[in-house]
Formats: sequence, structure tokens, C-alpha cells
Amino acid sequence: MKAVCWQGTQDVMVDTVPDPSLLNPRDAIVKTTLTAICGSDLHLYNGHNPTMRAGDILGHEFMGEVVDVGSRVTEVRPGDRVVVPFAISCGHCFYCQRGLWSLCDNSNPNAWMAEELYQDSTAGLFGYSHLFGGYAGGQAQYVRVPFADVGALKVPDSLTDEQALFLSDIFPTGYQAAEQCDIQPDDTVAVWGCGPVGQFAIQSARMLGAARIIAIDRFPERLAMARRGGRVNAVNYEEVDDVVECLRDMTGGRGPDACIDAVGMEAHGLGPAAWYDRIKQTMHLETDRPTALREAIHACRKGGVVSIPGVYSGFIDKVPMGAAFAKSLTFRMGQTHVHRYMRPLLQRIEAGDLDPSFVITHRYPLDEAPEAYRIFNNKQQGCVKVVLKP
Amino acid sequence: MAEETFQGDVPESHSIDASNVTTSERWLYWVAGGAAIVQGLRQRGWGGMALAFAGTGLVYMGITGRSPLYRALGFHLVETTGGPQRLVVRKTMTIGQPAHELYRFWRKLDTLPTIMTHLESVDVLDEKRSRWTVKGPAGSRVVWDAEIVNEDQDKLIAWQSCDGSQVDHWGVVRFAPAPGDRGTEVTIELEYEPLGGSFGAALARLFGENPEQQIEDDLRRYKQFMEAGEIPTIAGQPRGPDRLSLRRLGAGRTAAFVSSAAAESGRPLPAAGGAS
Repeated sequence: MKAVCWQGTQDVMVDTVPDPSLLNPRDAIVKTTLTAICGSDLHLYNGHNPTMRAGDILGHEFMGEVVDVGSRVTEVRPGDRVVVPFAISCGHCFYCQRGLWSLCDNSNPNAWMAEELYQDSTAGLFGYSHLFGGYAGGQAQYVRVPFADVGALKVPDSLTDEQALFLSDIFPTGYQAAEQCDIQPDDTVAVWGCGPVGQFAIQSARMLGAARIIAIDRFPERLAMARRGGRVNAVNYEEVDDVVECLRDMTGGRGPDACIDAVGMEAHGLGPAAWYDRIKQTMHLETDRPTALREAIHACRKGGVVSIPGVYSGFIDKVPMGAAFAKSLTFRMGQTHVHRYMRPLLQRIEAGDLDPSFVITHRYPLDEAPEAYRIFNNKQQGCVKVVLKP
Repeated sequence: MAEETFQGDVPESHSIDASNVTTSERWLYWVAGGAAIVQGLRQRGWGGMALAFAGTGLVYMGITGRSPLYRALGFHLVETTGGPQRLVVRKTMTIGQPAHELYRFWRKLDTLPTIMTHLESVDVLDEKRSRWTVKGPAGSRVVWDAEIVNEDQDKLIAWQSCDGSQVDHWGVVRFAPAPGDRGTEVTIELEYEPLGGSFGAALARLFGENPEQQIEDDLRRYKQFMEAGEIPTIAGQPRGPDRLSLRRLGAGRTAAFVSSAAAESGRPLPAAGGAS
């Protein structure tokens, strides 16, 4: 089959590799009909994860048709059309039983590696480095899906692939980010980063009743997309003196009730602090650049929530913990418990509350993945979200 | 290890203090350290100073019986009365199954190779005795007989290698209820004589053959198998060729390399580079 293989920093190739086979009784094989490049794939693309190996198959957003199942898979059958969560969860451990699916104890074959780095291991992820299990990803014609009996969700025929695909990650991720904000009527929610996750966080915050959403980015096309549906103010941080001051002005001096950092470890920013992070990250003195996180903490109103769907991987500097403590902020973060949100969000899509395909700006055949990665990474041609068709 | 944990189910008790170096090693450190200091002072210059400094460190280890190297590597060596040095490994994990299920699986013994991947087989010889076979390097095998010396239904199984075995060790697995509905706290404790003594153990550890890690991995596979019904793996899944290595190898050897790179070996990677 054809698969998108990571070869090195900013180097991906489409290679011919063997087809996957069933390795465990709870596996299924899915023939991919649509897959996507996630913003978090760009962290791998840019070489920020030392546990990537040349030849690793990328991709954790995919859907398709079940073509084979192991002896213990009863929930799905060959022929079923399914969408698959990016996190792999056993469904039986302490964490899965409590709905904390992305913290699964039993799905990472390289748990020892995660424990070296984070003291604990969390769920294995498709196509997301050996630290998270080294599973072959979904940017391929076929994918092996472990624990398919709890992961793969059947998709009704009424939905197109483009409408259902993002249940695998970015729609639940944006939704969880907004849900964590505990939104009350009259609340203002500020969202840093209007990439795909930020877009879904904005749409979800509106669905959950936020009176107003403030979208922060530097790309006019992303801010324009964020405005769809109304109740959104856009802030281009390159056009204001100080984002925090600007947010204060917009909220009567209080600050947003909740702040969502949908940027994560590769934040861009202006001024000396941003350069400080860039230099330290380049010199490997700091793994992540927390510009958005710092601003979110400074901007958030007292007693508010800072919700972090943006990915952080290691250590960050100069985080204003004093301010966070003084203001009694609540931090909510982590990988998305996708399994928890798939069914309710599928119903939302069916009911017409939201058509997730609005984020797609670019469509490529799988063969052109290297070009797609380049354009998405450089944010060229107004690229917000790329889907790949095998 | 606290003495009460032995509960008489294993041979005579041992003690551990802050020292982690055996008496014979301490003499060795004295001699080597002293020689290094003398030689260092003779040489003078930066090299000599470094040598003398290193010698001082060795003498320190000789005096105190504490090896920073062993400590950094996490060793707890015990000296039995008159016997050789031994290594104690202890790991604990909570498994979301009732103790009787976990006990039943373990007590069967012959199913243990499912979770202990370095084992080739365990053959049950009689009510108490079993024969353990481990795959060694280059197709070799290590075989020993073990005897269950204590068992308490759903609580504890202790075993010991029989006299004259190639491998001299004892071990105990304990099952204790976890709070609420969290299942069972399973603790494995092993004591054995490392091949090549403490130095051999340190070497093995540096090359990833670390017994502590192995016990932890065994325990984790036990948990995975008992909770999820299978052990997660990527061994045998497809992967792409390593283009850069292919270019380095040259075209002639490409085909062989591609076929060998086509599937995951399942061998663990060296430790993650971490958040450097």
C-alpha cells in the first residue's frame, strides 16, 4: 500500500510499504477513505519529537471502511464505515472506565519510554512517534486499528466523509477545550490560535452558550473563518500593541472569563519574550514556546479558566505562576478524550448544528502529501486544513 | 528492603544500609584509588591532577562503601552473611482485577511466558516444582528448577530456585486489595545473584538489559493482559524504508534493507532523548 512516511525534519515521502495485518484479537483493518494532516503533525514534521524514526507512517485523523476484524471484535464488521479516535484506548482500565480515554493504561507498547519522560504513560496514539507507542498512522491506504471494538465509531450514510472525518480529533478537541471552560451565559471566551482546533473551540464555545468569543491570530483568512456564525470578535495580534491590554479593553477591564490556548508549544509572537523563547528552543534549553499560554494567564479574569488544547511536550520558561495563583485560575488541559465526545458530536452534526467540513481549505490526493505538508506548515495559500484522499 | 516484608517465606533475612559496595570491592577501591593518587601527584599538570582527583573519589568509595555510580544506576546490593553479593528488585502495580483472578493466572505457572517475554517455557513438574527455560544469546538456553516455598491463596506466592540450579534466586508475588474498586495491588520482589556481580549488573543496565526494567515490563504486560485481554504491540506492523540510510548504504544493498525495514521488529528503542 501507499503510506506517508516521516523521513526527517521537514521531510516526508509517500512510500510503498506492506499492507497491515491483524496482530491482536481486538484489532481491525480499515481501508482509509479520507485522512487529514493535523496541526500537531507539524510538531513531528518540524522535528520536535526525538522519538520519531525514519520510515514511521504518519497520521492520526482518518476514517474508512472496515475490511477485516480480529476474533474478539464484535462492535464493527467488515463493510462498516467508521471514523477512528486518534487515541488508542483499551476500554477496561481505571482511566477508560472513568471516561479519561486518552489516559489509557494499556495501549502504549512503549510505556517505559513515556514513563522516563513523564513519569506516567498515557494512551498510544496513531502515527505520533514511538513515545506514544510507535503505531503506524492513518495517512495510508490501510490502517491497523487496535481495540477497534471500543474505538471505531460507525458513521451513518447521511454524512459525507468530509463531515464525519474530524470526529477523529479536531472537533472533539475543540469541543473539550470549550467544555472545560464551564461556560456560563454572558461569558466571554478568548481563543488563542485560529487553526483547526481553535476554529472548533470557537464554534463549540458558541454552541455551549458563550455570549461572546474573541478570536486571536495573525492570519486574516483564519480570523475571517473564525467569524462565521457570529458573536465573534477578531483580534490580529500583529495589529495591536498588546494583546492582554486589548482584551482588557474589550471586556470592560475584567478580562475574558475563560481563555483557550489552542496554539501550544510552537507559538509565534512579537517582542523580546518571543525571541527569548525562540533562541532558547533553538539551543535546546527549552522545548516549548509558551507565548500564548503566558498571555492567556495574564489576560484571564480572576477566578477564570485557562483551557489548553494546544500541545506541550516538555519544559517551558517564565510562566507567570504567581499571577495564576494570585488570580485563582483553573487550568484544564490534556489530550482529548475523543471517545467521550464522538457520539454526542455525531448527533450534533446530524442535527445540523455544525458542519465540520467548513475548515477544509485544501484537498489533495495522498500522493501529494509532501506538498500538502509544506503548504500547511508554511500557512501558504490561506491553508487552514488539508485532507488527503488515498 | 524492610525486614517484615520477608515474613519468613524466604531464606534468612538480609539488611541494606546506605553502603552499596561489597567489602571486596571496597579493598579494590582503596588500592586503585591510592595508586591513582600517587601516580597523579607524580605526573603533575592537569592530567595528573585529574588522575589524583579520580583516585580521591575511589578512596572515598573505599572508605564509605558508597558508590555514586551504583546509586545513580539505582542499585541496592545486599551482602548475605558470607555469601556473594545479590541484587534485590521490587516493583508494584495496581491491576484492575480481583486478587483471585490474578492469583489463578500466576499459580498456573505455565502461562507466565505470555507476560514474561524472555521466558521460553515454564513446565510444571509437580505440585511445588517447575522447570523454567530462558532464551539466551545465540540460541543458548538457561534452564533451572524452582520450588514454591510458600503460598497463601489469593495473597502470596513465593518460590526459590532448587539447589544446584544454574540460576540462584528467590522471588515472591503478593496480592493486596487496592482501595475501592481499583482492583489489586500486585508486588513482585526478586533477589538474585547478578551474572558477573555488581559490575556485570551495571553493564547490563547500561545496555538496556536492566532487570528492574524487565520486571516492570513483565508486570505491565500482566496488567495489560488481565485488563485489556491482550498485550499491545507494533511488532509486525508496516513501516517505510529509512531513505537516508538507504542512500548511505548505496543502491546495491537497497533491496535487502527494504525487506528488513518493512516491518517493526518490536525491539524497544534506546531511551528517549527526553526533553533536552
